[in-house]
Amino acid sequence: MFHDAVVIAGKDLRLEWRSRVTTNQIAPFALLVLILFAFALDPDRGILTRATAGLFWVAVLFSGLLALQRTFAVEAADGNRDGLRLSGLDPAGIFLGKAGAIALELLVLEVVLGAGVIVMYGSTFRSWLLLVVTCVVATTGVAAAGSLYGVLAAGLRVRETLLPLLLLPILAPVLLGATRSFEAALAGVPSDGWPWVELLAAFAAIYVTFGVLAFGSLLEES
Amino acid sequence: MVPEHTGSRATRIVGLLTLIGLVSVLVLGLVVTAPDEIQGDAARLIYVHVPVAIVMNVGFFVTALGSAMWLWKKSRWWDTIAVASAEIGVVFTALALATGMVWGRPTWGVYWTWDARLTSTALLLLLYLGYLVVRRLPSDAEVRNRRSAFVALLAFVDVPIVYYSVSWWRSLHQTATLSINTHIHGLMLFTLMLSMVVFLLAYAWMLTHRFRLAWLEEETESQGLEVAISERRAEAGVS
Repeated sequence: MFHDAVVIAGKDLRLEWRSRVTTNQIAPFALLVLILFAFALDPDRGILTRATAGLFWVAVLFSGLLALQRTFAVEAADGNRDGLRLSGLDPAGIFLGKAGAIALELLVLEVVLGAGVIVMYGSTFRSWLLLVVTCVVATTGVAAAGSLYGVLAAGLRVRETLLPLLLLPILAPVLLGATRSFEAALAGVPSDGWPWVELLAAFAAIYVTFGVLAFGSLLEES
Repeated sequence: MVPEHTGSRATRIVGLLTLIGLVSVLVLGLVVTAPDEIQGDAARLIYVHVPVAIVMNVGFFVTALGSAMWLWKKSRWWDTIAVASAEIGVVFTALALATGMVWGRPTWGVYWTWDARLTSTALLLLLYLGYLVVRRLPSDAEVRNRRSAFVALLAFVDVPIVYYSVSWWRSLHQTATLSINTHIHGLMLFTLMLSMVVFLLAYAWMLTHRFRLAWLEEETESQGLEVAISERRAEAGVS
């Protein structure tokens, strides 16, 4: 299972590396969202600094949606889905590989966005440990749930509109938890953030387990 | 042969009982019971709001149960139960939100507050709207059933996490939320209990009709092709 996961993740990351979609389109989009927030809110009164945590995670979710659409659009074309099914790889491995690749892409995005909020919003982080752990755990949850819904919506003509509708309400607890935890890492007391990290970890664990068990039968349909 | 309507003796009896029950709840709730000491007439909404919220919960629970059972037994019966119940659940979620807002305006002064229960109910509505959308996507029956069963279960798993996280979020910010007074007068309690029973009857009535309707829809769909072929044949005079 883990070997298969590495194979799939390697394939997806290679694809991303060669096509440069994440770095050339999704990352600039994420920065654009940060700038749009500055237009929507008043940049001079410190609102941006105070709202950094929430804006950061909303930007992550929106650009993450793009990354998810992309990784499953790749599989939808040219009968790749049948190819995946016939490859003999363990479906649980395919799930872990896909989710892992997405998680890595999202982490890269988060680094870009993190630099963005530090530079443009003037935010300063107090606890780097909490920050990094929150990012990793929240991203795992987003990638796992996203991969599940991604494959579910992949074969459909309405996938671009359906995926956000299905996925964003599911991810509401992640947005909440990650935002509160980030707030604690930014300006609050770091110890306030750790219970949220536990919640995020529980979310990630549930959806990773669900994915490992259910991905095979979701991949079968077309 | 396909029956022409979804009623039967049993549904007619349940329907009649529901109707009688609704009228008695109306009379008891609006006329017989006294207004609340603190909230006045606004408190009468409890006779509708709480039963509606209970039907919402029952509806989504049955959907999750039906979806899980479909994955296990692969029987069309369970799938149809799941979708019929989800539709009713969505309607009652919207009703619960609406009646809650109507009550909130005179009591809290606002239609909406970011209370844990309100927020998670709004998310619940959106989760199951997604389910209904997935349900309506055209595809093979088996594929559609599996897809919607997974969506229903994923949503169901999410519900406690949403509720937990949202209530935790709010409890960090505001200490006390309004709670309905715990002492309920005898007649009020009776009205509330009666209303719950009546609304559950209404749910059962709707579920049966919706179930039969969905069942018939699929029957007509599968028969549609055969009928069309034989009609064309008759037109052409081929026997």
